[in-house]
This record gives sequence, C-alpha cells and structure tokens, in this order.
Amino acid sequence: MHELAVCQALMDQVAAVAVREAAQRVTAVTLQIGDLSGVEPQLLQDAWPIASAGSLAAGAALRIETVPLRVRCLACGGETDASPNRLVCGDCGSFRTTLISGEELMLKNVELERAATGDAA
Amino acid sequence: MCDTCGCNVTDANRHLIEAGGRHAKTESGSEAVTVLQNLLSENDREAAHNREHFDRHGVLAINLMSSPGSGKTALLEASIDALKSEFRIAVIEGDLETENDAARVRAKGVPAVQITTGTACHLDAHMVHQGLHKLDLDTIDILFIENVGNLVCPASFDLGQHLNVTLLSVTEGDDKPAKYPVIFRAADLMLVTKCDLLQVLGDFEPARAEHHLRHLASEAPMLPLSARSGENLDAWFSWLRQAVAEQAARIARGETARPSIQPEGAQLHAHTHP
Ligand SMILES: Nc1nc2c(ncn2[C@@H]2O[C@H](COP(=O)(O)OP(=O)(O)OP(=O)(O)O)[C@@H](O)[C@H]2O)c(=O)[nH]1
Ligand SMILES: [Mg+2]
Ligand SMILES: [Zn+2]
Ligand SMILES: [Zn+2]
Repeated sequence: MHELAVCQALMDQVAAVAVREAAQRVTAVTLQIGDLSGVEPQLLQDAWPIASAGSLAAGAALRIETVPLRVRCLACGGETDASPNRLVCGDCGSFRTTLISGEELMLKNVELERAATGDAA
Repeated sequence: MCDTCGCNVTDANRHLIEAGGRHAKTESGSEAVTVLQNLLSENDREAAHNREHFDRHGVLAINLMSSPGSGKTALLEASIDALKSEFRIAVIEGDLETENDAARVRAKGVPAVQITTGTACHLDAHMVHQGLHKLDLDTIDILFIENVGNLVCPASFDLGQHLNVTLLSVTEGDDKPAKYPVIFRAADLMLVTKCDLLQVLGDFEPARAEHHLRHLASEAPMLPLSARSGENLDAWFSWLRQAVAEQAARIARGETARPSIQPEGAQLHAHTHP
C-alpha cells in the first residue's frame, strides 16, 4: 500500500513546518482526506507512528477530517452530493460533472510548542 | 498543484484561511499553524519537472495502469511490432522485482529501462526521473510508462505523463470501474483487453463496464481489443496517432497537458499560470 509513502511525505512537510516555526515539539497534525483521494485514513493512522518515530512529531496525534464528495453539473449547474463510484449529477443524472470537493490529500495544520525565546510577551 | 498560488484552496477549506489567518492558539496553549499543502506536492513538483523534459524533447508520455497481468506488456509488444517503423518508441517498466518486462520489450528492438520498486507498489515521479535520464529523449516519439500492476496505488502519483491509459482485462469482471473508481476515473482511455476470451467467459459485458465508467463522470473512450488475436488494435493505433499529433501541436503552441481528470485546484492553477 502507498499509505506509508504518503505518510513519509507528510512527515517531511511536518518537519519543514517545525523547523520554520522553531518548534520544540509537534503535538498534533490535522489532515483533510477526500473520499476520492485514493488514500485510506485508517492505513495512514497505522503508518503515522512508524513515519514519525524519533522525530519532533513522535507521539503527536494524527487527526483526519474526511471531506465529502460534491459535484457540480456542467449540464444543469446543480451542485449535489456524490459517492466514489457514482459521480453523476444528483439533480439531472448527467455524467458531465466536475468535482467540487472529495479529492483532498492535504496537510491542514500543525499544532506545536515553540522553543522558549526568553521574551516576556 | 503548487503551494504558492492558492491552487490548494478548494471550496472545502477556503474558510480556514479567510477566517482565522495562519496562526491560532489552541485550547491546550500550543500553537496551531495552518499549512494547507498537498501531501504529495513534492512528487507533483518532480512530475512537473519530468513533463518539462518530455515537452522539451518532443516526447509523448503515456502511463499504462492496470491490475497485475491485465496485458500491459503484451499490448506493448503488439504495438511495437505494428508501429516501430512509424514512431520511435521507448518504455519505462515498473515492477516490484525482475527485469522480465524490460527484456520482453528490448526483444522487440526498442529501448527499455526497468525500474524495480522493491516494496513500493507504484511508480513515483522520482523513480521515473531516474529512468528518463537513462534514455535519449531526442530519439523518442512515444514513451510508454508501464506502471506496477496494481489498481489502487499508482493512481495517486503523477509521473509527468500526458495521458493515462487504464486496462481492464475481461477475466477481471466488468464491475472493476465501480470497485476501483480512483484509478478508472483517472483514465483518458480505458482499454478492455483479452477480448479473444469474451466468448469463453460469457459473462463480461463491455457495455456494463462502460456504464460503470460513465458513472465516474468520465467521458473517456472505451476500446475493447485483444493483443493476442489483434482484434481492434487498429482503433488503439489510431488513438495513439491522434495523441502524438496533439502533443506535437501543443508543443508548437508552447503548451503542455496533464491527464484529463484534474482536481479543482489544478484547473485553477492552469488558469492563473497559462
Ligand atoms: N488470451 C489472451 N491472453 C493475453 C492477452 N494479453 C495478454 N495475455 C496473457 O496474459 C498474461 C499476462 O500478460 P502481461 O502482458 O504480462 O500482463 P501485464 O499487465 O504486463 O502484467 P504485469 O506487468 O505483471 O502486471 C500473459 O500470460 C499473456 O500471454 C490477450 O489479448 N489475450
Ligand atoms: Mg508487464
Ligand atoms: Zn445536472
Ligand atoms: Zn531532470
């Protein structure tokens, strides 16, 4: 499965954010995963402790928000819910639709603790 | 996808940046930094780089995806036999192990690079980049990239190809587009392979396979064919000729192409950076 590869890419991004923000520790990571992203949330959860071991993000919580599938119809203009193997327009049945959401494979945010700077701000 | 022009921002997450800005305090007192970056953006960057290589050298790159044994290499062998004198063809082969497929292609007299992925069940843009630098792109019209046999993982990784072709062999059953929507939705062309076996099987309905494909909001053509009997291979060759001509026309206009199904963000991207 490719979830480990995705998780390693996630870890690289988290590490880059941590360095940029001068973080001491990453406490939580939130993802947005669409139903058509091709990635299984549970497999990502399983891979996360392996990918983050020994890093600033070791032990951080991985939160996954799933993003529902929505399509916009090119025939009637309607916007409707869809399912992964039924992406036709829910209003008129046309298969000429585009996806509004549901393909997300996104790092949404990173929660971190900063190194103490000594400033009393 | 890129992370500077806002093309990652979709209707589903736009409010996040509009409402709170990038930083916010959480209840526990730690700091939440908004990122909104595609997890595969590093792969996508490398894929764009590969696509530049292909376009600069006038190469049309086609990614072949299917489950193991659907007939990708057999189709390549038949296509090379028929088109070798018309087009300069090369192949990048992706497999977990062995040089077998590259050897089969080389036996047909065209260059082939084998990538053995070890444990990875898909090709990614970095592997293809290593492969393409082993080829003389100036001497290639069509580069086929035969992905690792797998109906799930290859769909997630852009390689820099211009077109995706997904194969479905008749022995797999006509419901596969419904069961593996991500990979079939990504197809610019769906080939129903091993059609010489349709008679023997009796229960594979090409029309039903096409029906499932349409339900994925795909307008991609479906071609039934057989590399074994040669049935309908001419239609596939015509599709290829057309694709080569379109690639040449795009290059002349200074444009490129990505496989037809694109996330909302990538379309936005194309608009902001023509
Ligand atoms: N009857 C029939 N058999 C075929 C056809 N095309 C391929 N095969 C057979 O199917 C088997 C697998 O074919 P390959 O071309 O190796 O399939 P592949 O998709 O390249 O396989 P992997 O690279 O391992 O995923 C071989 O035994 C082929 O002879 C066809 O059109 N008709
Ligand atoms: Mg093969
Ligand atoms: Zn409609
Ligand atoms: Zn390069």
